[in-house]
Amino acid sequence: MNLLLLNIIILIYLLFTLYLGYRGWKSTKDSEGYLVAGRKTHPYIMAMSYGATFISTSAIVGFGGTAGLFGMGLLWLTFLNIFVGIFLAFVVYGKRTRKMGHNLNAMTFPELLGKRFDSKFVQYFSGIVIFLGMPLYASVVLIGAARFMETTLAIDFDVALLIYSVIIAAYVVWGGLRGVMYTDAMQGTIMFVGMAFLLLVTYAHLGGITSAHQALTGMTHLVPAKLAAQGHMGWTSMPIMGSSWWWTLVSTIVMGVGIGVLAMPQLVVRFMTVKSNRELNRGVLIGGVFILMMTGVAFVVGALSNVYFYQTQGNISINIAKGNADSIIPVYINAAMPEWFVYLFMLTLLAAAMSTSSSQFHAQGSAIGRDIYETLTQKKGGGSILITRIGILVAVLIAVTLGYILPENIIARGTAIFFGLCAAAFLPMYTCALYWRGATRFGAIAGMITGTLVTVFWYMFIHKAEAAPLGICKMLFGRDVLIAQMPWPVVDPIVVALPLAFLVTVAASLVTKKLNYRHLEDCFRGLR
Amino acid sequence: MLGIDDPWIWGVYVLCILSALLCVIYGIINWNRGGELEALEIKEEAW
Repeated sequence: MNLLLLNIIILIYLLFTLYLGYRGWKSTKDSEGYLVAGRKTHPYIMAMSYGATFISTSAIVGFGGTAGLFGMGLLWLTFLNIFVGIFLAFVVYGKRTRKMGHNLNAMTFPELLGKRFDSKFVQYFSGIVIFLGMPLYASVVLIGAARFMETTLAIDFDVALLIYSVIIAAYVVWGGLRGVMYTDAMQGTIMFVGMAFLLLVTYAHLGGITSAHQALTGMTHLVPAKLAAQGHMGWTSMPIMGSSWWWTLVSTIVMGVGIGVLAMPQLVVRFMTVKSNRELNRGVLIGGVFILMMTGVAFVVGALSNVYFYQTQGNISINIAKGNADSIIPVYINAAMPEWFVYLFMLTLLAAAMSTSSSQFHAQGSAIGRDIYETLTQKKGGGSILITRIGILVAVLIAVTLGYILPENIIARGTAIFFGLCAAAFLPMYTCALYWRGATRFGAIAGMITGTLVTVFWYMFIHKAEAAPLGICKMLFGRDVLIAQMPWPVVDPIVVALPLAFLVTVAASLVTKKLNYRHLEDCFRGLR
Repeated sequence: MLGIDDPWIWGVYVLCILSALLCVIYGIINWNRGGELEALEIKEEAW
């Protein structure tokens, strides 16, 4: 590999990224520009920014590697990513979010919820959940980028993490959401080209679509005995229904991420950056195709990497990657692809990571500046933007610190944890906010707290993958989990916390005082 | 179908393509719709 050439390509890309960040800074005059890009974003920029923020190295490296382990069952997540994450998100949630956000002059997701329910508590509690929960997700995205830089550029993981973070911090702090969205659109375009090539080259390598799938179907006997005992039936079959492997795939990976996307603060705010529904209608077309080419390709290629490695090295992907699913995609790219493509894919991954990281840091910064500081101190204007910028820097520091200490195999799980937490804490309140005038302040608060606490409790005491390493249950009760009987230790919190939070939101709203009629008229102006 | 025996897998493979197609068709049909709301909203606001 020509490291000099690769470094020159990356330097040109980074300079262009910084230039777009500078363009964002130049055209940002006030907090509306900094937080919601002035509400006049072009549909291509909005849709690509939404997609590029949605898809990170977590999706490509983390979940792609997970598909190398679990197989094509992960395509159920791709289906949810497109149908729920794009179609329902834009058509059912996006249009009303845009209008209500405009009616209430809301500039962040917590602010939209807080103003809708006329509650400062809702706003700053949501801000706290985001600021405390998002660093895990942000750090696993950083790890994904740094791992690939480490294996491809042959530079130290710690150095890669540091360089990457400094560049993102620079353009997010100064460019605001406009800078973030301009760079997202450019990065999304690179990602689309890279993933399209990856799919074509992989299928070409393996003799076409049908023969590649047939080869993978014929490898069922190679499933490790340990995985087969947990329900793994091969890479082109769903696991045995009800087995621990099935519960992990369906409840944590597919449902946790597939539904959680509807309540991701950094994605919801995108709906408030456009001036009319026309931009959202056009965004559906761009977003649907983009997501198919992202997660659809990553999961198919991840699963098919088993065929490539078996044909060339006589072993399956997880063994080639030395047991670390996060390494499957980087190892496959370096082994199977032509050198020029490794350069392009390096850029694709860097773009995927940067577009997601920048939005995560912007969301965390605005949670601190707009949703916590401004709500609690009642101070507005320049001070709030300064606090937002400091919040962004703090978020970067936390993510980098976590990036150094988190264990291997964490990328997909860390993503699923944050998506699940957002779904349980925000989705019931958000859905009721947009569609039900009868939802009350108390109902919203009760549902949000229920969703948050049940999720946290479940991770600490029930869900074995987190409860055992955390050790809190062991310390208090002398065992890894409270309920050892299957399937509970492998049932994701979202299966329990989300329905419970919905029930509590509705039940509490039915028995508590309705919001002021005129306030509701303000919220729902122009909405039927 | 498509070299895959399990209908849950080839089914979702096709479903992914169909859902992306749904997004494309929706986008084309509504390509120019929704913009008129903007003018209406400005009038409404002048509430």
